[in-house]
Amino acid sequence: MSATGIGASVRRKEDFRFITGQGQYTDDVTRPGETRAVFVRSPHAHAKIRSIDVSAAKKMPGVIDVLTGAQLATDKIGNLICGWMIHSKDGSPMKMAAHPALASGKVNCVGDAVAVVIAETIAQGKDAAEKVKVDYEVLPAVVDPAKAQAKGAPQIHPDIVNNTIYQWHLGEKKDVDAAFAAAKHVTRLDIVNNRLVPNAMEPRAALADYDAGTDNLTLWNTSQNPHVARLVISAFIGMAPEHKLRVIAPDVGGGFGSKIFIYPEEVVCLWASRKVKRPVKWTSDRSEAFLTDAHGRDHVTHAEMALDANGKILALRAKTIANLGAYMSTFSSSVPTYLYATLLSGQYNIPSIYCEVDAVYTNTAPVDAYRGAGRPEATFVVERLVEVAARQMGIDPADLRRRNFITAFPHQTPVIMAYDAGDYNASLKKALEIADVKGFAKRKREAARHGKLRGLGYSTYIEACGIAPSQAVGSLGAGVGLWESAEVRVNPTGSVEVLTGSHAHGQGHETTFAQLVSERLGIPFENVSIVHGDTDKVQFGMGTYGSRSGAVGMSAIVKALDKIEIKAKKVAAFMLEAAEGDIEFKDGKFTVAGTDKSAAFGDVALNAYIAHKFTGAELEPGLKETSFYDPTNFTFPAGCHICELDVDIETGKVDIVNWTAVDDFGTIINPMIVEGQVHGGIAQGVGQALMEGAVYDKNGQLVTGSMMDYTMPRAHDLPSFHVGLTETKAPSNPLGMKGCGEAGAIASPAAVINAITDAIGTENIAMPATASAVWTALQKSQAPKAA
Amino acid sequence: MYNFTFHRPTTVRQAAGLLARNPDGKLLAGGHSLLPVMKQRLAQPSALVDLSLVEGMTGVELKGRSVVIGAMTRHADVANSQVLKDVMPGLAAVPGSIGDPQVRNRGTIGGSIANNDPNADYPAACLGLGATIITNKRRIAADDFFTGMFSTALEEGEIIVKISFPVAKKCAYEKFKHPASGFALVGVFVSKRGPDIRVAVTGAGSNGVFRVKSFEEALKKRFSPKSIEGMSIPATGMNADIHASPEYRAHLVAVLARRALAKANA
Repeated sequence: MSATGIGASVRRKEDFRFITGQGQYTDDVTRPGETRAVFVRSPHAHAKIRSIDVSAAKKMPGVIDVLTGAQLATDKIGNLICGWMIHSKDGSPMKMAAHPALASGKVNCVGDAVAVVIAETIAQGKDAAEKVKVDYEVLPAVVDPAKAQAKGAPQIHPDIVNNTIYQWHLGEKKDVDAAFAAAKHVTRLDIVNNRLVPNAMEPRAALADYDAGTDNLTLWNTSQNPHVARLVISAFIGMAPEHKLRVIAPDVGGGFGSKIFIYPEEVVCLWASRKVKRPVKWTSDRSEAFLTDAHGRDHVTHAEMALDANGKILALRAKTIANLGAYMSTFSSSVPTYLYATLLSGQYNIPSIYCEVDAVYTNTAPVDAYRGAGRPEATFVVERLVEVAARQMGIDPADLRRRNFITAFPHQTPVIMAYDAGDYNASLKKALEIADVKGFAKRKREAARHGKLRGLGYSTYIEACGIAPSQAVGSLGAGVGLWESAEVRVNPTGSVEVLTGSHAHGQGHETTFAQLVSERLGIPFENVSIVHGDTDKVQFGMGTYGSRSGAVGMSAIVKALDKIEIKAKKVAAFMLEAAEGDIEFKDGKFTVAGTDKSAAFGDVALNAYIAHKFTGAELEPGLKETSFYDPTNFTFPAGCHICELDVDIETGKVDIVNWTAVDDFGTIINPMIVEGQVHGGIAQGVGQALMEGAVYDKNGQLVTGSMMDYTMPRAHDLPSFHVGLTETKAPSNPLGMKGCGEAGAIASPAAVINAITDAIGTENIAMPATASAVWTALQKSQAPKAA
Repeated sequence: MYNFTFHRPTTVRQAAGLLARNPDGKLLAGGHSLLPVMKQRLAQPSALVDLSLVEGMTGVELKGRSVVIGAMTRHADVANSQVLKDVMPGLAAVPGSIGDPQVRNRGTIGGSIANNDPNADYPAACLGLGATIITNKRRIAADDFFTGMFSTALEEGEIIVKISFPVAKKCAYEKFKHPASGFALVGVFVSKRGPDIRVAVTGAGSNGVFRVKSFEEALKKRFSPKSIEGMSIPATGMNADIHASPEYRAHLVAVLARRALAKANA
């Protein structure tokens, strides 16, 4: 291993510009003549728009135009769409309601945009926005997914009966029912997977610039996948032909899924820029972000697990209602279906599984993928059931897991997934050692002496990453293929640029991707640049989400590098006057086998461009190769997290004292970056378990609309993590990588809740388990025995 | 934010004059509560009168048996004051628990008290020590000053100049932080100064800071957690929101009072 190659903890190249304030985010980009968009948003969760009067607003100082949904329709700007088709049990397609970028006739959630003011400055835009008179007829709202389908519930979209988008299922119901009928033990749980607000550090932003001379549109935006944004905005929204629209996602400050989607604001900025013939910029403020970024999770589930007398799992069934909010966001339909129910087998050999999912509309912000997307929800269901079953049956929770682990690969689960590699016993064993579970009883007694109830919780999670084989997802309803592209450009001086369709918004691609190239070509790490996020530079790409940039994005780079080597060997053959088959490439040097003749990589690169030594038309000059890589399977990162915590008996406050994470991510390029991803993921998962929760009141007002009411995890809420690794290579990609971006967020909520319920002796507690909630639960459970 | 005029007087008299000429004006004394609502366009003062350059409004001094703190003294400066740490560390701990370093280096004691946020920390310290709020017009006892949520005895044009805290031999503050905002979900300040025993609670009450007379009475025998063991306060009148029920807040008042007493005696 070289100091900058695969496996080295190289410091992140990109951090210098980020921590010195030199990053270029969308809001940092300015265009001459730039105007600002200010949105007029609905203060009501559900209302008819009787009329909109923009006349006073138009007369305000600095106002260039005020636009509404009616003009959007006149200009034939298409609706936002959800790109993944789900069919209900009865075969009918999902019911997708119209989602215009500016509301037309009706608003369906607080924050729904009804008009936009284009002004010289934000302050002038805001002044004018206050003068837009919207006459609303307020309607009753429904926010609770469990109530959305009830008779008499407010109907949100015309013709979508009972607000039901689809009633989907997966698995064999009759096998499951039979297994339950014969089971010795059944564990049942009601679970709410709480709604989360993503809160990326950089709020969403869009800057649209129409060039009347060329009729080209350029959009800078905070996107995790600029090419997909361009495709959707062209093909479905009809803003401009694909070749007349350029999308640039420059530095992006965090996404966690929330920046995958196509949002109304970027559509409106593009449209408005063409109308006013000036650049139009919008940057969300934090209040808008709370209201309009796609939220995460929000499932209500009843789940059951059947076991035999020895604790062997026989079957699992779950009925989930998934809240998709007021409109179907870009990939919302896939999250509670194929990203959720397909993971309900966990790390366990479960003969039969049946899951039903109803997706519903409510008068709340749209819900879509958020770090983990469906897989945290599945892990929470499985890991809570296993833990409670173990306690009910008097079996050690680690042991019950061990009895049910899948140990032979490949393993076909009853819910689509074919696990290809893993060693779940290894990660559990290592975690038990690191967490010193043997010494737990002693630590628990010691904690009791200080008025604390100590608890221990496991989460042996699995996820499907490396999203995804195009054929597989196509058969499941995806509107796109999920391959990745890479182009490797070797310059005449031997430096290298990699153009990737992956997109970094905190992951450190500029470092890890360069490590791969440095190792593979034997050239200095500093001689490699990673280019991403611009549809004019990168031919196409599917972007970054679902822990796919390593397993899929880097695999595409590997394939392109393979082609570079083949071509470079041809060049070297001419230079060294040898047969192509005799050329060997190692450590950045081309040699003729069995001789001392050699050429350095840089010399070969130069010769590829000057082409002085090439004879005739046998070899094209240049050294640049492209590859599109489509994975053959998902990857299956898995591991074991153990949370040890104290509950203050008097206040209910939870203090996490120890966290052990042992993960199997396959091959690791940069351990430091991987560890950082694990830390961040755990922090978000702990946030969900203990603090975060978006709350709407019955009128559909977001009660947790700011950092003063929505609790984000802070550094002091978390202990120093004990991170360990085990490794089984992913067989489906050339590097053997599995992905690490979501694991922490997937694993950790169940570990926390298992530990709290262990500490306080209750079966269940809802997330977020705030001090107040834990204290309330303690009052209801039998008087805790501290000593 | 709407437009406003910005004034930076250098004397209290000038500041008072500016307030009189700008009936919709607001004093700026840190701005951590005012500026966010202005940014959200929920407040529209016609003028801001910034007190940061007014002379003689900062500093922590021991004067006889009182600690006198200038109204514009920043939280960080009070928390780090050696004078205060020496004579009354229990009071120094109050600003030390406010917000984060950025807030503590901007926010001021006068601003906090004048705003009387029902979850703010300083009101508990003022009431819990029987402080005197000294304005440009008069001296007001803390018991008369805090008149309800976001309301005080301050009259139009009245400016807090300093706050005088009698030195208590024993005092301490225990705070259970609101998980999101870091304000006091419940905060309890206890003190004993001769026969004067005070237990003041912030965060919990739906009408702002209040004293727990039943605890104070019980503590007259002995200023110790044991004296209030098993005692509680009713949940009626406690705040209810998504973060805590009235029952939980009432429960925390007793827990934190006991912890504060233990700390004061330590």
